[in-house]
Amino acid sequence: MSGLFDDAARRLRSNPGALCAMFIILSMVALTLIGPWFNPNGGEALDWSHVASQPALQSAHWFGTDRLGRDLFARTLQGTRVSLAVGLVASAVSLLVGIGYGGVAGYVGGRTDHVMMRIIEILSGLPLIFFVIFLTVIFGRNEYLLFLSIGAVGWLTMARIVRGQTLSIRQREFIEAAVASGAGTARIIAKHVIPNVIGPVIVYATLTVPQIIMFESFLSFLGLGIQEPRASLGTLIAEGAGEMEAAPWILLVPGGFLAVLLLCLNIFGDGLRDALDVKER
Amino acid sequence: MNAVISVSNPLLRITDLRVDFGSHTALRDVSFDLFAGETLGLVGESGSGKSTLARAILRLVRSSHGSVVWRGRDLLSCDSRELRALRRDLQIVFQDPLASLNPRMTVGEAIAEPLCIFEGALNARERTGRVAAMLERVGLTAHMISRFPHEFSGGQCQRIGIARAMILSPKLLVCDEPVSSLDVSIQGQIVNLLLDLQRDVGTAMIFISHNLAVVRHLSHRILVMYAGRLVEIAPRDALFAAPIHPYSRALLAAVPSPTPVSRTVQASAAPVEASSSQPVTTGCAFRGRCAYAVAVCAITIPPLEEMTPGHWAACHRGRELPASGLGTFRGC
Repeated sequence: MSGLFDDAARRLRSNPGALCAMFIILSMVALTLIGPWFNPNGGEALDWSHVASQPALQSAHWFGTDRLGRDLFARTLQGTRVSLAVGLVASAVSLLVGIGYGGVAGYVGGRTDHVMMRIIEILSGLPLIFFVIFLTVIFGRNEYLLFLSIGAVGWLTMARIVRGQTLSIRQREFIEAAVASGAGTARIIAKHVIPNVIGPVIVYATLTVPQIIMFESFLSFLGLGIQEPRASLGTLIAEGAGEMEAAPWILLVPGGFLAVLLLCLNIFGDGLRDALDVKER
Repeated sequence: MNAVISVSNPLLRITDLRVDFGSHTALRDVSFDLFAGETLGLVGESGSGKSTLARAILRLVRSSHGSVVWRGRDLLSCDSRELRALRRDLQIVFQDPLASLNPRMTVGEAIAEPLCIFEGALNARERTGRVAAMLERVGLTAHMISRFPHEFSGGQCQRIGIARAMILSPKLLVCDEPVSSLDVSIQGQIVNLLLDLQRDVGTAMIFISHNLAVVRHLSHRILVMYAGRLVEIAPRDALFAAPIHPYSRALLAAVPSPTPVSRTVQASAAPVEASSSQPVTTGCAFRGRCAYAVAVCAITIPPLEEMTPGHWAACHRGRELPASGLGTFRGC
């Protein structure tokens, strides 16, 4: 495994596009974490003398303000932080659950696989919105619950992908060689199956992050996700869309952040796939 | 070839082994013994069940009937924990060397895997030392330890596969056509490597091949398979001198010889249009291709009988067929 990742890291370093994307993602993360200390404005303070004012570096509001006079820079940073957190946590949840579940279903096969896949079908038959409303009603509104419920649904597709990959890996002769060597099921899944399915899975995971960010925006828009005065990129964009003609920057600033973030995640995911793809022949 | 073979107590006794894949029976009524230090050659055409037999012995495919008794324990009936422990002494070398290595594992990790499973007490340094020594032993160099399988040639990959199989000095090594995917020039090296290791370790070997020259070079006894059954079991020299079963005769006659053989012998080899994979429900599976087939061949399945001491064959006419000159005798 260590050999695998050293090798992947070496290949990733020789891919300028992916490195660049990674750098941008990391600087955005850093900005959302340390940015608020350099900005005199809080995200919730209302500045009545600057309502819906344009972006200007010489004023106190670098990215302008929204129609309630809140500083857009502070709100965008906060929104990016929330969106990234939702995306990463939910993807991580779906990655862990999906790999474990799909790996076991695909490798063990037979009746176990049958039952596990039927469970997935039943779960994916439930409308997600109902599921989220249901959780919200039971547990009250809670950001962590939102992370959890999106992740809990996101793993279904991940598990299907991992299972499909595992089924094809399982036929390969090196799995038989491992069985003949005396390796147990847990060892085979951990050492032989997962390293060989991880490439496509990681790529899918990096593409899940943007999907989840979008989904969170959608939930927030419906009033099920992040609520005022808290912000996510999705709620900011929804808000900006209403003022698009009079004050386009309210849409463009969070929209630009989201676009750059999604683009970089996609490029980075692509680079990661290339780096993890060991040539077999 | 001069290894001492104990004939009193078989290392491995296979009785009435049968393997079904769905409605297709790949292997039936297979019984034989293997003694410590012995090399059994297993020959037969594609689809005759050679690889299935190898996998059934190691319980890599499910057998539907019979027993595989390894030093007194039936591998087919023991539970998975016990089976895993027994695998320490039962190793296999595969036909496709590259496919049998995990592309994501370095060569060192692949060879170390049996050590990790069975000798957990070793620390990382001792393990690396053992792996490096094994790499040298199979003719590679220790600095290759952190490379990946795709960086090696087929012959080198097969050396790695052999290193993985032999690092725990198993008591039985099953070689499933280990040289058939390699260049002829490499085949000899790999065969000699296997012989060297066998001499050092005293491993018993089941060597599967459709290359009769290789089998002749390695084996003490030879098993001939046809359509999922053993049709002949004989000491090497007895088989090559006087094959009994018509299929064995055809097989031997098909071997290109350095000295010109009479054309009539070549011509009498079984017609190739009939396939051994066609389902034969009654009688001898080979009768459609057999020049000596008689009425009884279509009715009853010939049992494996001891024709001369130590030489078994499954043919109704095994005793009456002439020992040689198979080209002139056309049967009834």
